[in-house]
Amino acid sequence: MAKSPQTRSATSATSGNKAPAPKTKATSKSVRRVPGRPPKNIPIETPDTDSLLGLYEDMLMIRRFEEKAGQLYGMGMIGGFCHLYIGQEAIVVGMQSVSREGDSVITSYRDHGHMLACGMTANGVMAELTGRKDGYSKGKGGSMHMFSREKHFYGGHGIVAAQVPIGAGLAFSHKYRETGGVSLTYLGDGAINQGQVYETFNMAALWKLPVIFVIENNQYGMGTSVTRAAAGRALADRGKAYGIPGMQVDGMNVLAVREAGAEAMAYCREGKGPYILEMQTYRYRGHSMSDPAKYRTREEVDAMRKQRDPIDALREVLIAEGIENDQIKAIDAKIKAEVTQASDFALASPEPDPAELWTDVIREGGVI
Amino acid sequence: MSISITMPALSPTMTEGKLAKWFVKVGDTVRSGDVIAEIETDKAMMEVEAMDDGVVTALHAAEGEEGIAVGTAIADMEGEDDASLAVSAPDQAPTPTPDQAPTPTPAPAPTPVSAPVIAASEHLSGHMVSTTVREALRDAMAEEMRRDENVFLMGEEVGEYQGAYKVSQGLLEEFGAKRVIDTPITEMGFAGLGVGAAFGELRPVIEFMTFNFAMQAIDQIINSAAKTLYMSGGQMGCPIVFRGPNGAAARVAAQHSQCFASWYAHCPGLKVVAPWSAADAKGLLKAAIRDPNPVIFLENEVLYGQSFDIPDTDDLLIPIGKANIVREGTDVTITAFSIMVGKALEAADKLAEQGISAEVIDLRSLRPLDIDTILKSVQKTNRFVSCEEGFPFAGIGAELSAQVTEKAFDWLDAPPKRVSGIDVPMPYAANLEALALPQVDTIIDAVLEVSYQKERG
Repeated sequence: MAKSPQTRSATSATSGNKAPAPKTKATSKSVRRVPGRPPKNIPIETPDTDSLLGLYEDMLMIRRFEEKAGQLYGMGMIGGFCHLYIGQEAIVVGMQSVSREGDSVITSYRDHGHMLACGMTANGVMAELTGRKDGYSKGKGGSMHMFSREKHFYGGHGIVAAQVPIGAGLAFSHKYRETGGVSLTYLGDGAINQGQVYETFNMAALWKLPVIFVIENNQYGMGTSVTRAAAGRALADRGKAYGIPGMQVDGMNVLAVREAGAEAMAYCREGKGPYILEMQTYRYRGHSMSDPAKYRTREEVDAMRKQRDPIDALREVLIAEGIENDQIKAIDAKIKAEVTQASDFALASPEPDPAELWTDVIREGGVI
Repeated sequence: MSISITMPALSPTMTEGKLAKWFVKVGDTVRSGDVIAEIETDKAMMEVEAMDDGVVTALHAAEGEEGIAVGTAIADMEGEDDASLAVSAPDQAPTPTPDQAPTPTPAPAPTPVSAPVIAASEHLSGHMVSTTVREALRDAMAEEMRRDENVFLMGEEVGEYQGAYKVSQGLLEEFGAKRVIDTPITEMGFAGLGVGAAFGELRPVIEFMTFNFAMQAIDQIINSAAKTLYMSGGQMGCPIVFRGPNGAAARVAAQHSQCFASWYAHCPGLKVVAPWSAADAKGLLKAAIRDPNPVIFLENEVLYGQSFDIPDTDDLLIPIGKANIVREGTDVTITAFSIMVGKALEAADKLAEQGISAEVIDLRSLRPLDIDTILKSVQKTNRFVSCEEGFPFAGIGAELSAQVTEKAFDWLDAPPKRVSGIDVPMPYAANLEALALPQVDTIIDAVLEVSYQKERG
């Protein structure tokens, strides 16, 4: 059985020679005991209540959206591959909450959560999942291939790890054009073993590119547990040879993600080069909708859901902060309505016009 | 014992060089390994070392002399054991002597390097200057970099080394390390990084030292660069140029000698360009850099040093997707691209002596393909021969033959004929390599076949 993420908050995982050693996070400050749950370390600088509510709402939106996508997939309304983000919501929500307008985001095919967190509409994402004309890619990209230039979301890439050098290229552009932006380049514990990741680490470190490599270690690359796929030490250390600082982070705790993210952002924005954050997380669902998940036990999944769920944890924090249960329920209801509306929209949107088959292959405007 | 020192070859495709500097004079005693001269080609410089101990007895080339053929004797030495050394006076006006050294038989040059004459072309007018393909490519990049600050060049050895084939000579000096970027040896990485930079509003020109190495990066080229516009419903253009030498070089064997034209031409979302002349190299590269799509720009190492007359202007733009009739004719249509255009023109010259008038079309662009120009020609000549260096199976010729057959069947007086490299990995041995590549005679034979003057092979 694969080991569950045990890391508490953001803990140091690297002690590289020249790389600035990430500080070990305070573990005694702001610790809140939540009855019936294992102790969690709520990091220092706890956001104000409104911010906490915002984080809660963003995570819940992704959760409910993905649950709905799973339902629509079961009904045959979504085809092909569909990789759900349920369980990992704290990562992208936490990172987006410490990013700035203009920072770019790129990820793999488990991308619905990232798009919603970037501010792309649930309607547009869901309509793409159902292959309709109102989808972000006019129905031509599907679950794994969606983009929004306006929201600085650069996909949505179906080839494991191909997004990593592309993400470094976005960082290269930020540096070249002196935008001050950072590239948030997400990859999984499967992608981390691809050769192009290390080609990218080398160039990013060599040229001090402003890129944060966010490794979403959900413990399984499809059916292969990380312990069966990855030799050596923590994935956060994979950049050590290049002098890239790395940090293991409790990816089930949105506040821990925020804190680590803020540190990495500051490092990148100061022009010091890339940073690696290994988010220890867990996906509740299979690799894709067609995954029977025989490689892990139901008990393991249930234990994670019951003890480590990022949304439940934040709800406890909100209650501890004095938020009324009714207020939380109102958010739940609002989100549910939004997702239902997005589903209705996606199912009502027409299929793309057959003429769209031939558009967007080549862009006009070259020398004629 | 007299020892003859000959002009060495610096690269598989070098045929001649310049004697840049002598470090010895007649009468000097040298030891094996001493540097005696420095030689230079348009892309490299190298020191020549003595291979034996002895005394220099003659220098056959003057400092600064250019165009010395590989294998020509440049100096003589007397071995040390020879007690009485007959020292001859240095040659004031040295004339190259035939190679007497027991050097290996020089490889047959895979292609003639004589500068072919270009037939009338719509793009060639005004004041003309003689320019090599290498300089034309460099000028194209320099002009576009001056025009648009978002254009940058990235690749292995493009900066401080001035380009592995000296194509980027002088660019680092003019544009600095921010825009002329030496990469580690990391094809997939920098191809993907280039794609990301193109997504991020820049205009990358990514050089592969050769397209053989681009196979390490082909996922990024096809899956990331070519498909994203479509997959994004038109949002995400990828204006990027992947360029570098393609096709057969000389004596470098299977892994370094291959034409990738049909590989890339197969894929929607790409433009694929393969120029022959210096004017096309310049005008098409400028167009490729301005194009909003990913462009595969296939150069040819053997062509780099060839000179052509090109218009003396920094505004030479040639649209991608338009073929060029480089020789008009009435009896047969021959299509070619890149280095094969030169061979097709040579074949056409020889065919003219036999009374056959061949029309030669330089495709210039393989995707989009200017099929209209080909069909129009075939409707006039009624015979069709395609030429390429690549493999025959599913090659460019296969596609052209299919299209010509489908669209101009009623005009054909004979089945189309494909001239291509043969269906084996490229061999190293000189004789086998020559057999593996299409030669001028191969084209002539193909034309004779479709003219029913020769048995079909």
